[in-house]
Amino acid sequence: MAEEKKLFKVKIDNISVEVEPGTTILNAARSIGGDVVPPAMCYYSKLQGSGGKCRTCLVKVTKGSEADPRPMPKLVASCRTTVMDGMEVANITSPEVQEARKGVVEFLLLNHPLDCPVCDQAGECDLQNLSYEHGAEATRYEFKRRTFDKIDIGDKIQLHMTRCILCYRCVFTADQLTEKREHGVLGRGDASEISTYIHQSLDNNFIGNVIDVCPVGALTDKTFRFKNRVWFLKPVDAHRQCEDPKCCGKTVLWMRGDEVFRVTARKDKYGEVEDFICDTCRFDKKEKSDWIIEGPRKIDRHSVISQGHYVNTVKPKDPLVEVLDGRQPKLLFDIHSTSEVNRPEIDLSKIEGPAHSDDFNK
Amino acid sequence: MGRKLLLDKAHIEGIRYYDTYRANGGYAAAEKALKSMGPEAVVEEVKKSGLRGRGGAGFPTGLKWSFIAKPEGVPRYLVCNADESEPGTFKDRYLMEFIPHLLVEGLLISSFALGANRAYIYIRGEYAWIPDILEQAIAEAKNKGWLGKNILGTGYDLEIFVQRGAGAYICGEETALLESLEGKRGNPRIKPPFPAVKGLWGCPTVVNNVETIAAVVPIVNIGGDEYIKFGIGKSTGTKLISACGNINKPGVYEIEMNISVEEFIYSDEYCGGIKGGKRLKACIPGGSSVPVLPANLLLKTAKGETRMMTYESLNDGGFATGSMLGSGGFIVMDEDQCIVRNTLTFARFYHHESCGQCSPCREGTGWMKKVLHNIEYGKGKMSDIDLLWDIQRKIEGNTICPLGDAAAWPVAAAIRHFRDEFEWHVKHPDEALTRNFGLAHYADPLPAPAPAAV
Repeated sequence: MAEEKKLFKVKIDNISVEVEPGTTILNAARSIGGDVVPPAMCYYSKLQGSGGKCRTCLVKVTKGSEADPRPMPKLVASCRTTVMDGMEVANITSPEVQEARKGVVEFLLLNHPLDCPVCDQAGECDLQNLSYEHGAEATRYEFKRRTFDKIDIGDKIQLHMTRCILCYRCVFTADQLTEKREHGVLGRGDASEISTYIHQSLDNNFIGNVIDVCPVGALTDKTFRFKNRVWFLKPVDAHRQCEDPKCCGKTVLWMRGDEVFRVTARKDKYGEVEDFICDTCRFDKKEKSDWIIEGPRKIDRHSVISQGHYVNTVKPKDPLVEVLDGRQPKLLFDIHSTSEVNRPEIDLSKIEGPAHSDDFNK
Repeated sequence: MGRKLLLDKAHIEGIRYYDTYRANGGYAAAEKALKSMGPEAVVEEVKKSGLRGRGGAGFPTGLKWSFIAKPEGVPRYLVCNADESEPGTFKDRYLMEFIPHLLVEGLLISSFALGANRAYIYIRGEYAWIPDILEQAIAEAKNKGWLGKNILGTGYDLEIFVQRGAGAYICGEETALLESLEGKRGNPRIKPPFPAVKGLWGCPTVVNNVETIAAVVPIVNIGGDEYIKFGIGKSTGTKLISACGNINKPGVYEIEMNISVEEFIYSDEYCGGIKGGKRLKACIPGGSSVPVLPANLLLKTAKGETRMMTYESLNDGGFATGSMLGSGGFIVMDEDQCIVRNTLTFARFYHHESCGQCSPCREGTGWMKKVLHNIEYGKGKMSDIDLLWDIQRKIEGNTICPLGDAAAWPVAAAIRHFRDEFEWHVKHPDEALTRNFGLAHYADPLPAPAPAAV
């Protein structure tokens, strides 16, 4: 008879759960799910050694364990602290944690530009979500923001260092996923920056994954930038037989009509990549015919990109019909038949850079 | 006259060299430890002595040693933290420069007790001339058979290496030091695992301050029971204090931890009173990272008892009415000193030295510095004082390593005890810019100067 594994009993926000020894508080909370899950900007379950840096996942350990019930004197990073048997943790039930998290969000936003309207990460930005949940309505920072000179790191990835919150995820990705060390952190304190060694380019076949792991808009896809907003696109699961044995070939295509605007790896409900994909799948396979479409992707997030997509949507009742005593409103004219703005023969996804009026006058 | 254990032979000419050191009783403790005591007995003696880490945290050394993991076939390391970079702290420099063999002997005994066959001295880059002194002492000790293979025929081997840091304050934090020693960027590691389990090269490691390691020598020489008699309560033995600021006799002093703060400041044996006969305004008793204490709380505790130069007494009442002995960087300020300017100086330092790994420290230290700069240079608002208070509160305790606390505590204490001075700066921006700073705006008179000799 196989020996039964002893599980640790943990209570998070008064909800009990049993987890294996060695589980972190964050992962114990994830096994419960819902609001008790602390946010995480730098932790990434698929990357070894990540976490502990952004401090957004701080929680209060109100009881250390059954053996030593003393509370921990300081808030701890839940992503790097393992549970003990009988541990009790306060996350959303602790005003101290909420206050600290509000402080961390304020610190993260000190030098992060609020340029969501033009940022390509808008709609799927972890910092955007975090600031909605924990941020203050106004900033108290009155000084000049930190900015960085633009660095060219290759033809596929745009580094916008000004937006970087130094989560180190991309550094871990390059270290652990690619065949050579691609880039790292230069400088110290608030002068730290992500950079390549003397402006080299990132050219490894798996380096595109740094785009997926970036929680903000610091690393974006040059083949997609300014082509569309993510919430206008239709995410569909797709796969192909990839030649690279390390690539799973399972992706999400972000489409509008039959146009493939971008290709990303599939992410779970915590915004973490399920399986990393190669650059060929990500950047070079932009035709629908390259892929076998599986079906709509469920975006299990509270983000704007999940709005209006597929699942559990209830179409509101048209009030006009009621007002018009049951008569249907009359269509006066069809905008598509009179306007020349929309030209179906022009593929926006294939235009180099953002679409311009010149593109429609050709 | 206070008794000394570490600097008792410092006045002897040539004590830096092996022959003089040996002729004056040097290496007797090492001989005793290796030949007649054994590792366990040394650890027990250090535990009995109640020696607390002299780097600042004050954690019991014997207890720290007993935490070290002892897996089979895995090397253990002893690392001597000589990255003394805290503003106001310069005690280890004195010890290494004038009695290097005391450190070498301490390293030999400590490594033997821990079962480590390699010890490293990680020294701050700015102490450019000291590594040569240490290396010479190590070479002398090796020539005389105190280092290398089969020391004193006991079968014990030890090598000591000196590693120069590149001059970053954060490398004084033990895990950042280990990263740097491994050749990596000096970023603190997230604990746990603690170095005692997974330290240098992933092996069990103990990191001790220079003074802590040197103190092991007299403990072995005189025994833990005798060592305890040099202090009070849990503050046992002697402590090196680097005194600076507006005092008549700045320097490094070895004190028995049973004297009062008043005696230390005003006695001729130590600081010799305030320079120019001025009044004492404030003091930072343990290096720039610990909270500043105003004069009325410096000489007496919150309970009205005499404040002693001990860990417990200086922390009496917590940070509301106390401070810390810390690393022993004793910075005295007279009535002419501006607390806002001093706080800004420290804030600049911690902002510059933040490694940038975690967001509260990376962003918060810079923000505090900028707000303080505005207040100091006549551009501050009343709300800035509350803002400062709030920023430091959100940094403290929320960072990976204690640098965040070190940056927050001085600001918190300065506002707590000298808020009126911050308000004065805001209300009198022109005077703040061109002042010859006095205390005329103070409502409460400061205590009268103490007599020159106590």
